[in-house]
Amino acid sequence: MTEVPFVTNNLWILIATMMVFIMHLGFATLEAGLVQQKNTVNILFKNVMILCIGLITYFAVGFNLMYPGADFAGGVLGFSGFGLSLPEGAAGLVDYAGGKYTYYTDFIFQAMFAATCASIVSGAVAERIKLMPFLVFVTLFVLISYPITGMWKWGGGWLNTLGFIDFAGSTLVHSVGGWGALAAIILLGARKGKYTEKGVRPIPGHNMPLATIGAFLLWFGWFGFNGGSVLSADPGAVSLVFVTTCLGAAAGALATFVVSYIKFKSLDHSMVLNGVLGGLVGITAGADGFTPGSALIVGAIAGAIIPFSVVFFDKLKLDDPVGATSVHLACGIWGTLAVGIFGNGDIITQLIGVLAIGAFTFTFAFLVLFIIKRTVGIRVSEDMEMKGLDVTEHEMSAYQNIERGSYAMMVSES
Amino acid sequence: MKKIEAIIRSSKFEIVKNELSKIGANFFTFFEVKGYGKQLAEHVVYRGVEYDVGYIARMKIEIIVEDQNVKKVVDTIISAAHTGEIGDGKIIITSIDEIISVRTGSINESAL
Repeated sequence: MTEVPFVTNNLWILIATMMVFIMHLGFATLEAGLVQQKNTVNILFKNVMILCIGLITYFAVGFNLMYPGADFAGGVLGFSGFGLSLPEGAAGLVDYAGGKYTYYTDFIFQAMFAATCASIVSGAVAERIKLMPFLVFVTLFVLISYPITGMWKWGGGWLNTLGFIDFAGSTLVHSVGGWGALAAIILLGARKGKYTEKGVRPIPGHNMPLATIGAFLLWFGWFGFNGGSVLSADPGAVSLVFVTTCLGAAAGALATFVVSYIKFKSLDHSMVLNGVLGGLVGITAGADGFTPGSALIVGAIAGAIIPFSVVFFDKLKLDDPVGATSVHLACGIWGTLAVGIFGNGDIITQLIGVLAIGAFTFTFAFLVLFIIKRTVGIRVSEDMEMKGLDVTEHEMSAYQNIERGSYAMMVSES
Repeated sequence: MKKIEAIIRSSKFEIVKNELSKIGANFFTFFEVKGYGKQLAEHVVYRGVEYDVGYIARMKIEIIVEDQNVKKVVDTIISAAHTGEIGDGKIIITSIDEIISVRTGSINESAL
């Protein structure tokens, strides 16, 4: 192990923080590209809010719920107080984590991860969820559910004691988002007209260039997502993680390309973008423990899963405009189990982790959304859905000149 | 005077425009239109599902001409826009009562 200076370690984690941050731009553009033009503003708005809500709730509660400290090691639930409390002197700096990062670095790096699980949900519920109920759900999801299940492994809880492995969050982040998405789309229902008696009627995304920008931004951010999860700037570990991350993404894209061509005889770009992300999600649990060769295999299997998964959810009439359930849930589960096959984990322990976190997250998300559905409702009216959420929820267009023309804007008389 | 409405393939629009300007018919309105007809709509696949786009895209040209020039304009359009495949389009001729210039207020000036 190379001796890495404290400053270098800390700097790398802070850079990684910025890269995970940019993944939110990736989510925003990817989702915007894959929905219809009339709902673009709504998607962008949700993505901005998710990040901001996530950061604030993690500051207020989430960080200390996810990392309650050694007193709660091996446990199921722990909490070490509201807000942040910087330890005095060196304890908050060089001594905080054995010369790897400061207290504040720890907080902000982890805070960037927290909101990504909610971003996963926003794609799946796009084009028909009510804005306010969605934001309430996101607040509770990131405030309570994500930190509790995260504590079970990264916060030193019972899954960690059991030997469960999830290096950068295939389960803790991605499948958590995926379970939330699944619960949401079950309760929400499909977009109007997607499933007809004659079969599936596709509702294509309106902007493939934006979606592509999003996928590449996410891949770029993943260097920080996985690279920073090494929690130091150790040259050997970080460079290996860069390699496994990229090989996983590449293999995922190629596998989806080949499988979807064989299956559908089409060269569908949105599928291939899903394949890149599925490969990334797939190697995220074990990126520090896979060899480059096994990263290729794990990524390829993740990519191959995606076309089948998309068709599967459509058969169940579970409408997912962006493929979040396929990319994050299906590939997240696969990536976690893959650590037990190709990595340093044990497959039974991995399965226990997958099922426990799945059960908690799905139940939490389902309950919260069910209550909201029964009280104020979670779905927009049919009229709003047809007109588009941009003009009905936000009273604006994403592409003003294209849609409205450059007529003089007149203030309404009423 | 007659109004000639020509629905033609989008790919033929430039050619028709050039041929019309060669005979001096430089003055017309055009629209991008959608329609249904004998030609099958475009067949596409999205996320594993095959579907029809649901319409055929075309260009529509509207041009006002004097009665004696109708045949010349129609023949020009047809020869420029013809391919022989299903979906070449239609030309509709209607009589018009008056045409007034917004600039000068003068009545009954036409394209040709």
